[in-house]
Amino acid sequence: MEQENLTNEPERPNASRRDFLKQSGVLAAIALTPPVAIAAVDQGLDQKLATAFEQQPLRVQINGVAKQLSVEPRVTLLDLLREQLHLTGTKKGCDHGQCGACTVHLDGQRINSCLTLALMTEGAKVTTIEGLASGDKLHPMQEAFIKHDGFQCGYCTPGQIMSAVACIGEGHADTPEQVREYMSGNICRCGAYANIVEAVMEVKNKGGQL
Amino acid sequence: MNPFQFTRVTTPQAAVSTISKTAGTYFLAGGTNLIDLIKREVIIPEQLVDITKLPLAAIEKTSSGIRIGAMAKNSAVADHELIKKHFPLLSMALNAGASAQLRNMATVGGNMMQRTRCSYFYDNSMPCNKRGPVQSGPDKGQPNGPGGCGAIGGSNRMHAIFGASAKCIAVHPSDMCIALAALDATVNITGPKGDRSISFTEFHRLPGDIPQKDNTLAPAELITSVDLPTNAFAEHSYYLKVRDRASYAFALVSVGVGLEMKGKIIQQARLAMGGVAHKPWRLSEAEQFLKGKEASEFNFKQAATLAMASAKGYGENDFKLTLAPNSIVEALQIATENA
Ligand SMILES: Cc1cc2nc3c(=O)[nH]c(=O)nc-3n(C[C@H](O)[C@H](O)[C@H](O)COP(=O)(O)OP(=O)(O)OC[C@H]3O[C@@H](n4cnc5c(N)ncnc54)[C@H](O)[C@@H]3O)c2cc1C
Ligand code: SF4
Ligand code: FES
Ligand code: FES
Repeated sequence: MEQENLTNEPERPNASRRDFLKQSGVLAAIALTPPVAIAAVDQGLDQKLATAFEQQPLRVQINGVAKQLSVEPRVTLLDLLREQLHLTGTKKGCDHGQCGACTVHLDGQRINSCLTLALMTEGAKVTTIEGLASGDKLHPMQEAFIKHDGFQCGYCTPGQIMSAVACIGEGHADTPEQVREYMSGNICRCGAYANIVEAVMEVKNKGGQL
Repeated sequence: MNPFQFTRVTTPQAAVSTISKTAGTYFLAGGTNLIDLIKREVIIPEQLVDITKLPLAAIEKTSSGIRIGAMAKNSAVADHELIKKHFPLLSMALNAGASAQLRNMATVGGNMMQRTRCSYFYDNSMPCNKRGPVQSGPDKGQPNGPGGCGAIGGSNRMHAIFGASAKCIAVHPSDMCIALAALDATVNITGPKGDRSISFTEFHRLPGDIPQKDNTLAPAELITSVDLPTNAFAEHSYYLKVRDRASYAFALVSVGVGLEMKGKIIQQARLAMGGVAHKPWRLSEAEQFLKGKEASEFNFKQAATLAMASAKGYGENDFKLTLAPNSIVEALQIATENA
């Protein structure tokens, strides 16, 4: 995939990358590179060059696999997962922390990957919905969502399941009321809430088994 | 998002010196507010300084109370045994905010520094006096969108009823800060000129003529920790948050209460309100009034009337003029019964 496509956002009008390069401290980096690089900027290769200059190394473990990556600072963990690593189980709903569709585990804790920059995960362990099952054997929470019909369209489901697993792990799933409160960061547009609470309570009450 | 530079630091000194060097540089803590604002181009940074690796996340006992590191996660503070036991008001307020995921990311320092949720502020095609100039890029120094206050005479259901100005009627949206204001916290800060401490109630400010400034932190200063003095409010504490849905929504009005009781008599009272002003709104007159009085509905109503003396509605938010005093009375009643 083209690296430029890592963020699918339009540039601000009037703010070409080249202008940005000229005005920012990245210029300092260019000053230290051979004249050929500067010539490349002048010949309109600035787009690719800018991306190369702006990328930084990232070491992160994703679903148990150690990765050495190179990412632009502005790339979120969500976009890294979906666009660069093709782990599209994690969903983009609102992209602003308001829906929970992008929930993943960072060092075992549930977070919103849309408001986390990829570079913030340096040295950390990330688990996505793809990393929950062991081989062909589904995680008990995945089984429970199927058994209790914890979804309709399924768009919020990966986030719900990641959140639910962490909710039990935190000790915040003692009662249906507590589950409703501590799962409130996951919005379901289809309104499958009643079944989701049943699924979480069953996994909790059976000690993580189903 | 526009491109920006990213620098990681591991000491507070490096954080301060890095931010001092380049204009348009911001500390990045949990990112839950900053990344959101960058995506919406309310902030267009030149550089982010990642402070998540700073060793400032401890929650520990001190000789006079408890010290909470600025990088402590909101969830870690809310669930900490010492906080739950000695400062339940803080736990309640934190757990009333945002979602479990966001609380796992958000830090104490970032929570204090979060910007208003005024919808005009968040949309740079709308008039707002708070956004100020563009911080970097080709438009650096230009106003980031039209000036004026869209909320005055506009959609202001969420807005202030205390301490607003003709320039801005926004509220500070934090729940945590209401508890910290009520509990007489102190903020510890380090910066280019060294270390300093200020009382929590003096940290945030009213909008006046410079609504761009939410607080009294000087450029390049870093919040390092918050101190909470020991108190006798634990048994009679309550955080009441009234909002449009039961969870995962900002407060229309919130009330933080701490009471020290002897039988039915209030020895000391602490009261602060959220969703009503540009800063956590401490109700000092009501506190004074309640001192030495019996905990009764009659006295609570009088305290609420005193607290509302300077309130002013702006149209859509006029309902807060009734909701706020009712909430004060209810929070006091529940805190009295808690034990
Ligand atoms: C959908 C949603 C719902 C929410 N609901 C609520 C709610 O109901 N109640 C509530 O109280 N909050 C709510 N929040 C806000 C949330 O609490 C804040 O976004 C969070 O506390 C900010 O902390 P952070 O560590 O993520 O800060 P960041 O986003 O990393 O930083 C915020 C600002 O603080 C500055 N900063 C960070 N740390 C320091 C430091 N140590 N010293 C100096 N400056 C610093 C940064 O430079 C930045 O300008 C909600 C947020 C979202 C997205
Ligand atoms: S209330 Fe303040 S933040 Fe909102 S539009 Fe007016 S000036 Fe901007
Ligand atoms: S996509 Fe992250 S919370 Fe909605
Ligand atoms: S199943 Fe459709 S959004 Fe939840």
